Amino acid sequence: MKFSESWLREWVSPSIDTAELVAQLTMAGLEVDAVDAVAPAFDGVVVGEIGAVDPHPNADKLRVCQVTGAAGETVQVVCGAPNARQGLKVPFATVGATLPGDMKIRKAKLRDVESFGMLCGQDEIGLGGDGSGLWELPSDAPAGADLRDYLSLNDQLIEVDLTPNRGDCLSIRGLAREVGVLNTVAVAGPSLDPVSATVDDHLPVVLDASAACPRYVGRVIRGVNLAAPSPLWLQEKLRRSGIRSIDPVVDVTNYVMLELGQPMHAFDLATLDGGIRVRMAEQGESLELLDGSKATLNDDTLVIADHQKPLAIAGIMGGKLSAVTADTRDIFLESAYFDPLAIAGRPRNYGLHTDSSHRFERGVDWQLQSLAIERATALLQNIVGGQAGPVTVAESEAHLPRSGEVRLTRRKLQQQLSLSLDAGLVSGMLQRLGLEILAEDEDGWRCRVPSWRFDIAIEVDLIEEVARIYGYNRLPTATISASLPIEVCRETRTGLSLLRQQLVARGYREAITYCFVDPDVQKHLLPDIEGVALANPIASDMSVMRTTLWSGLLPAVRRNLNRQQSRVRIFESGLSFMPEAGGVKQESMIAGAVTGTRLPERWSNPRDLVDFFDIKSDVEALLKQNHVFDQYRFVPAAHPALHPGQCAAIERNGEPVGYIGLLHPRVQKLLDISQPVYVFELALGAVVEGELPAFRGVSRFPEVRRDLAVIVDRDLSASTLCETIREAAGCYLVDLKIFDVYQGKGVEINRKSIAVGLTFRESSRTLTEEEITVAVDQVVSAIKEQHSASLRG
Amino acid sequence: METLELLAREAQQAIEQAQDLAALDQVRVEYLGKKGRLTDLLKGLGKLSAEERPAAGAKINEVKEQLQSQINRHRTDLENADLEARLASEALDVTLPGRGEDSGGLHLITHTMERIESFFSRVGYSVEEGPEIEDDYHNFEALNIPSHHPARAMHDTFYVTENTVLRTHTSPVQIRTMKTQEPPIRIICPGRVYRCDSDLTHTPMFHQVEGLVVDRDVSMADLRGTIDQFLKAFFEADLPVRFRPSYFPFTEPSAEVDIQCTNCRGAGCRICKNTGWLEVMGCGMVHPNVFGHCGIDAEKYSGFAFGMGVERLAMLRYGVNDLRLFFDNEIQFLKQF
Repeated sequence: MKFSESWLREWVSPSIDTAELVAQLTMAGLEVDAVDAVAPAFDGVVVGEIGAVDPHPNADKLRVCQVTGAAGETVQVVCGAPNARQGLKVPFATVGATLPGDMKIRKAKLRDVESFGMLCGQDEIGLGGDGSGLWELPSDAPAGADLRDYLSLNDQLIEVDLTPNRGDCLSIRGLAREVGVLNTVAVAGPSLDPVSATVDDHLPVVLDASAACPRYVGRVIRGVNLAAPSPLWLQEKLRRSGIRSIDPVVDVTNYVMLELGQPMHAFDLATLDGGIRVRMAEQGESLELLDGSKATLNDDTLVIADHQKPLAIAGIMGGKLSAVTADTRDIFLESAYFDPLAIAGRPRNYGLHTDSSHRFERGVDWQLQSLAIERATALLQNIVGGQAGPVTVAESEAHLPRSGEVRLTRRKLQQQLSLSLDAGLVSGMLQRLGLEILAEDEDGWRCRVPSWRFDIAIEVDLIEEVARIYGYNRLPTATISASLPIEVCRETRTGLSLLRQQLVARGYREAITYCFVDPDVQKHLLPDIEGVALANPIASDMSVMRTTLWSGLLPAVRRNLNRQQSRVRIFESGLSFMPEAGGVKQESMIAGAVTGTRLPERWSNPRDLVDFFDIKSDVEALLKQNHVFDQYRFVPAAHPALHPGQCAAIERNGEPVGYIGLLHPRVQKLLDISQPVYVFELALGAVVEGELPAFRGVSRFPEVRRDLAVIVDRDLSASTLCETIREAAGCYLVDLKIFDVYQGKGVEINRKSIAVGLTFRESSRTLTEEEITVAVDQVVSAIKEQHSASLRG
Repeated sequence: METLELLAREAQQAIEQAQDLAALDQVRVEYLGKKGRLTDLLKGLGKLSAEERPAAGAKINEVKEQLQSQINRHRTDLENADLEARLASEALDVTLPGRGEDSGGLHLITHTMERIESFFSRVGYSVEEGPEIEDDYHNFEALNIPSHHPARAMHDTFYVTENTVLRTHTSPVQIRTMKTQEPPIRIICPGRVYRCDSDLTHTPMFHQVEGLVVDRDVSMADLRGTIDQFLKAFFEADLPVRFRPSYFPFTEPSAEVDIQCTNCRGAGCRICKNTGWLEVMGCGMVHPNVFGHCGIDAEKYSGFAFGMGVERLAMLRYGVNDLRLFFDNEIQFLKQF
């Protein structure tokens, strides 16, 4: 809501300055967004009256005007505006004046003719206009008067950002009421006396949807003259509230809306057929609107219709056909109360948001309709003349809102605010807010809610009002005290924070990417899964929920590679969104992507590129946090996004919990990533649950190590070989290491050499040479038998 | 005997001139070894008479001991010199950087959220989380925002289906918690939230931390104290904090919280739009209708809730000047924190 301070002060004028007024509004919950001067700084501009106008001797487009300005003095001014003519009153910048932009007006010679000042257009003094010529002031403007005084330009535009509950402040009247309460000063508006009818004409009004429109007030005014524009004061008030002047009838309805808060509408009486029917639209019914658009109506929409056709979308926008035009002679004024629920949401459905719908959605004072129509009639008669008919009121008592009653107890007030307020103080606040106190006793108050407050229904609403008027910042503050029992905290659950720290220690930087991703990226990663699509995405490359965190991480890798970062190690944790029968599985994941050298570039670090086993060790570090590492297996697997020979599914007790591998070169190319990227992703739920580490004793007896170099088929996996060895070695084997893997010269083409170190120990005694030999022999024969292994030289 | 003296002098010189351990050892062998010249002299004692022998023997032994200790001293000197030389040759440029991996880092948002969590968990709040694709009921309805409520327009909601949305705030977690836990409740709910809005000061995804306290006799004073203490702790400064009446459908009374501008200290600047204040949080007393949806008796219990934008707080705390940097994920940005 935008308004000018001077208009507000016509209603209520506490003795505080603009800054204080603004601070007061903000701190009362009516947040002031902006304060701007009505006019830019200028001085020395007066109302000038053009006298004789003569052609310029040396220029076709210039004219020489005699202008009467300050102190009745008449001077000569050369002017190029096409509309300069005798008798016109215009802004006149006298010699010595300063115009916006610090432009000084001096005595000048234009093509050899002296000129003492400048006649101005609206734009030249920073007050809008289209630059088409001189600003034609009303003929009764007093020549010589300072323009700033004449137009009340020493005024501020104040814009308040109202919260949706404060529809009652969408008018000068409402704002004035607030300011009155805050300053304990009286509020007085213009007189709103009824205008008596001078003709009998009226239009019957039928409420077919009386729940949606329980009150409709109308009035015929005959013989209006729309030839003249609205008076300057009216145009200025509208302009200062951000509303353009259209014609006197529309301007008056807008004025009343701004002043009192009642949106109104005027129809051209000649276009109405029969009478007014307020009804729900028929599904598919169409209506051409004032803005020239054509609406196809839904049956949840209230319309104002006559006996033949819809005329307007109730409370939102009028129709074109029934609109007032320059030729209109007779009008029908509408001032109605629409139930907020009957309007709410519809403007959005039709893509229409109007000053009217904004107010009706939030609730218009349901006692205001007759008052508003009288105010509008009085204003119209002053401006466009005409004969008013009687006011027609159609209403459905049963459907009108009821004045709610709310109880406020002292106990609750004191408990909520931790403050005992003087009862008289509270009563005063409530009354000034317009609440009628029906009863007051030791326990508290029973109040009737005023018809303009749609946001007061229960006790806490009143507590807020009292707190707000008293001042939130004057209320006490306290430190919470509570019993603080020590809660169980499961140690076997590894926190996400610990996992993040592992990756951070291993050189990863955490990324946070959008959860909605580019479907064109995601289709290369998990082509068989259709991600959950947003109904209203902000952009097509942010339109589908990620099914894997890689959909966000890989573009982030690409972005960094394109920004000259050749080594990238990033990870992210967050939800993935997998469609599943009847919904979406939202699962916490942790994922990483790595590319570039194994170690940062540095004098002492080798330049080797990162490989599968680097990232695998990072994943192993995560899996080792919860002491159940032996429950995990890395199983060779296929994944559409990963290299078929460098991809493993990670399983826990046989259940898949994630993937690790090299991004498939084809996918890498499709994603336009310039170098190989290794990725992993783990379902967090499957890796955070672990076990307590179990103590196994510390042996003081020596351990014995035996190394074997075995040659096996190339296809035999290390894990299979190790399982066989563990099984065969018996219970003394405490550690098994693979310390070398070799393929190449000296080993047959389909075979490989794996060197393993076996460590034996017993906790209660020293093992004998014989026991160890037996164990090693068992291992050798088992792997020979099961894997056709041979021992290497 | 003159021979002995001569020999001793000669040996002393030889010891002194030995440049390294090997040369020194040679000297030792030459004079004191089994076939050494001093040893020869001892062997020659047999030629002397029994009366002369003890005195002569003692003299030779004395010289022998002197030489031996001189050799020992010289050996220690040589060894020390050797060590010095080796150490000198092993000197490194200790200003060169260390070997291996550098540590990475958490995202500033995560760091900020963890920091916020720590303030609250230290005083007995627990951390709760919820789904990000949320149903209409938890995101709006139960929070006293029925459909067609004008407040819905404040939310710029991303819809998945007619009845499911990307949560527009972390407040649904309040509902989920109140439906499953009995008061007293003290929780904070950090997480990602979504609004269909993207410009210089809005990203379509951002982070909030929500707080909720429900107990007997919780008052606005408790709310104000909590927020005030938190903000002072977060900024580690005695910042003026003010509460402005505002409107959220799920709290009543409701307030916006401003801190004195961290940039200009209240004098007025571009960042605070010359007001001297920065809006950092929203809060209020839990609306009875919300309690109603969650089956909590509003006569018995009261509570407060607050919510803050993590990006906003992080920007103010660390001086980040562009919101979008948080989600560009450029190493150049990430590695600053």
